[in-house]
Amino acid sequence: MQLDSKVPSGPIEQAWDRARFDMKLVNPANKRKYSVIVVGSGLAGASAAATLAELGYSVKCLCFQGSPRRAHSIAAQGGINAAKNYQNDGDSVYRLFYDTVKGGDFRSREANVYRLAHISTAIIDQCTAQGVPFAREYGGTLSNRSFGGAQVSRTFYARGQTGQQLLLGAYQALERQVHVGGVTMLANTEMLDLVVIDGRARGIVTRNLLTGTIESHVADAVVLATGGYGNVYYLSTNAKGSNCTAIWRAHKKGAAFANPCFTQIHPTCIPVSGDYQSKLTLMSESLRNDGRIWVPIKAGDKRPPDQIPESERDYYLERRYPSFGNLVPRDVASRNAKAVCDDGRGVGESGLGVYLDFADSIHRLGRQAIVERYGNLFEMYERITGEDPYKFPMRIYPAIHYTMGGLWVDYQLMSTIPGLFVIGEANFSDHGANRLGASALMQGLSDGYFVIPYTLGNYLANTKLEKLEATHGNFRASEAAVTAMTERLLAINGNRTVASFHRELGKIMWDYCGMSRTAAGLETAIQKIRRLKDEFWRNVKVAGGPEGLNQSLESAGRLADFFELAELMCIDARDRNESCGGHFREEFQTPEGEALRDDEHYSYVAAWEYAANGAAPVLNREPLEFRYVHPSQRSYK
Amino acid sequence: MNLTLHVWRQNSASDKGRMVRYEARDVNPDMSFLEMLDVVNEELILKGDNPIAFDHDCREGVCGSCGFMINGVAHGPSHGTAVCQLHMRHYKDGDVLFLEPWRARAFPVVKDLYVDRKALDRIIAAGGYISVSTGSAPDGNAILVPKDKSDRAMDAAACIGCGACVAACPNASAALFTGAKISHLGLLPQGQPERRQRALSMVAQAAAEGFGHCTNIGECEAVCPKEIKLEVIARMNRDFLKASWTSRQKPLAGSDG
Ligand SMILES: Cc1cc2nc3c(=O)[nH]c(=O)nc-3n(C[C@H](O)[C@H](O)[C@H](O)COP(=O)(O)OP(=O)(O)OC[C@H]3O[C@@H](n4cnc5c(N)ncnc54)[C@H](O)[C@@H]3O)c2cc1C
Ligand code: FES
Repeated sequence: MQLDSKVPSGPIEQAWDRARFDMKLVNPANKRKYSVIVVGSGLAGASAAATLAELGYSVKCLCFQGSPRRAHSIAAQGGINAAKNYQNDGDSVYRLFYDTVKGGDFRSREANVYRLAHISTAIIDQCTAQGVPFAREYGGTLSNRSFGGAQVSRTFYARGQTGQQLLLGAYQALERQVHVGGVTMLANTEMLDLVVIDGRARGIVTRNLLTGTIESHVADAVVLATGGYGNVYYLSTNAKGSNCTAIWRAHKKGAAFANPCFTQIHPTCIPVSGDYQSKLTLMSESLRNDGRIWVPIKAGDKRPPDQIPESERDYYLERRYPSFGNLVPRDVASRNAKAVCDDGRGVGESGLGVYLDFADSIHRLGRQAIVERYGNLFEMYERITGEDPYKFPMRIYPAIHYTMGGLWVDYQLMSTIPGLFVIGEANFSDHGANRLGASALMQGLSDGYFVIPYTLGNYLANTKLEKLEATHGNFRASEAAVTAMTERLLAINGNRTVASFHRELGKIMWDYCGMSRTAAGLETAIQKIRRLKDEFWRNVKVAGGPEGLNQSLESAGRLADFFELAELMCIDARDRNESCGGHFREEFQTPEGEALRDDEHYSYVAAWEYAANGAAPVLNREPLEFRYVHPSQRSYK
Repeated sequence: MNLTLHVWRQNSASDKGRMVRYEARDVNPDMSFLEMLDVVNEELILKGDNPIAFDHDCREGVCGSCGFMINGVAHGPSHGTAVCQLHMRHYKDGDVLFLEPWRARAFPVVKDLYVDRKALDRIIAAGGYISVSTGSAPDGNAILVPKDKSDRAMDAAACIGCGACVAACPNASAALFTGAKISHLGLLPQGQPERRQRALSMVAQAAAEGFGHCTNIGECEAVCPKEIKLEVIARMNRDFLKASWTSRQKPLAGSDG
């Protein structure tokens, strides 16, 4: 497989302008004749679908939820970064670029990251104009807060509901296009296969989740904006329905999967309380601005927090990382939490938790200021745990939150299948081995509003596409394969539910491919996953039939794909003999326990090619070059 | 604790539907309501029955997917809480709970507790936006928004579109939902140019979808998981009336690119 990143030559500052100038444009009168399918209506998908329709393309947009507004992006809390430098505190496009490359532990593509930083400012303008109610200062200007991994204040936010407000902005733009006929919205519709004809992505096969009907959709290009695959761990902060089906099935049709093992563990989530637990809830990282993280100094100290005097507390992040303190990047904060809990100093019943304490801030700023900043988060915490965080420190523990890996894309955001574009969390592009807080929303909107409208046009203008009908043999074959898989799942009629398999898979992944990994552990995981997958295909019990709403069938199909992806994640993690960002291999660490990269051997993107019939996947390497930000050992001391 | 559930079971839109009794045993007080139903469903599946269908996704109270009636109250007894965020510690051993779907002409039942709420999307499509195509925005700080205006816009914008307001209203009116969007956008300077047109178009669409009229009963406010205030309806009515009296504009026709 040939990996051509198509990074423009010359100075990075002008790369995107040059690339845009070199692009061929589609004649405005012809745009209507091109059909584009956008799978996904989160920030990436909704912004892309709306913008493509504004330009005149005929767009079909899909989501599996009942409304595009319910996409998982709605749940993002903390904020969105942009290099506006409104605070006059030394921010710039270059600094955001620098922070992101460094935060990603030097495993991302510089040119993509620079473009992201460059576009970031236009995103805020666009969203503000749409009526996104960002937080404001008394003078009426936009307000900012700081976030992990940065020393400037560049995060824009709308209370603790930033994702909701940004998504509603994009959703409204999308509905406006639905109204004028530019977008046909297919909600409650799941993509189950990608159709490739003459080497190009030419459409998809879907299941209508309310009726069960299998359908083919022909297009001139397909955009996947289907989000991340964190639910491979079963318990994660993702919405229950988030899944890897679209990208995995595209992978099986030839799209390379990049860095699958790069997953992010978020340090501030509400700890697990029981085995019925269905998901984990994130407490926004912005809380680390005003909350202080600590555990007792003594192992096994079970006193309630208010009876542990100051001198017997260990504010371990402030102690170990004096310059970043509680605001170290996520991977660092998570690993440190695990380390203190492994030492027996964890708090709460399970011992898997650390305190996030607001007493000092409430004292310093007053309760009202805290209510204004985090009111809804505090309420959410109290609702779930039954404890009042204004009185007792929150208990938090790391949880799976985001996946940096995804389908490989070039600078144009096109996968290794021509005509198949991948945007948002579903691609691998901008965050390397660790994503900085408030950068996913930025990336999703950058891809959707400002990158794909250009690059997709360039593809269409340069490509001669034959006219096709859904009766083409490849569509028929995909429909048959999808139907056969449904029938097979329904016919097993075994003794275990989908959720019970999923929970077990998640446990394997968390234990062996979670916060820290070893070669031997990953080998064990691969064997366990294979056995479990085998049992799944013999012993799962899926309720109901192929017609109508069948949530049991939906989750079975998604889990079948998670099994295969889980194995690839472990293979990738085993193959990468270094630690970087969220990928921490115990064998590779500095004497202080920090991640130890191996730039000489692993400064590349691992792009895996699917091999049919159980053969081992094939590794392709895209070498990474750092011409601007020189790889160094990340230090947040 | 052990609970008795009476759940509305309806196979499809055309099925008549009926209440069916289930026992939920060993319910842990730290569970969420939906987790309690997950456990009941696991048992049903293993017994070869169909699990109870209900919509959900984020389980964090923000996507607006979840929602059904618990003992006649939309989202159940906890104020300002969507049912996915309702925890079982609010119940006690022996409680009997009746679960029913949202009932409104504009929300057809798909299955059991799962209803189709696409009518709400069509209300937004009719005018619930600021028409600004990508690329045409001025600098973010070129538009100053007084903090109190922005805060109030945010209060209204917090609506999650779950439809509880409709389900609670004896008239099945979508006034709280529609008013929330009209207030969010109408409070902001960016939203002024289309303000009247927006009110006309959205209100007309809500009527066309079969939602009823608001008669100021206030049940909607009481059940709203985001605590959207009735005043958004007053704002909507003001904008609508002004638009009807003074403006020459007609509801958006759906043909202006
Ligand atoms: C709790 C939480 C808080 C977060 N907070 C922040 C934050 O403060 N700042 C930040 O920058 N990032 C944050 N993130 C990360 C960020 O929210 C996500 O990375 C981002 O929203 C992903 O957007 P997306 O458009 O790529 O995908 P999503 O929003 O996940 O959308 C995926 C879309 O694809 C559709 N879809 C998926 N599969 C299929 C299929 N097979 N067929 C049809 N449709 C399909 C879904 O219906 C959905 O519409 C947070 C994440 C979580 C979990
Ligand atoms: S499941 Fe999202 S609001 Fe309840």
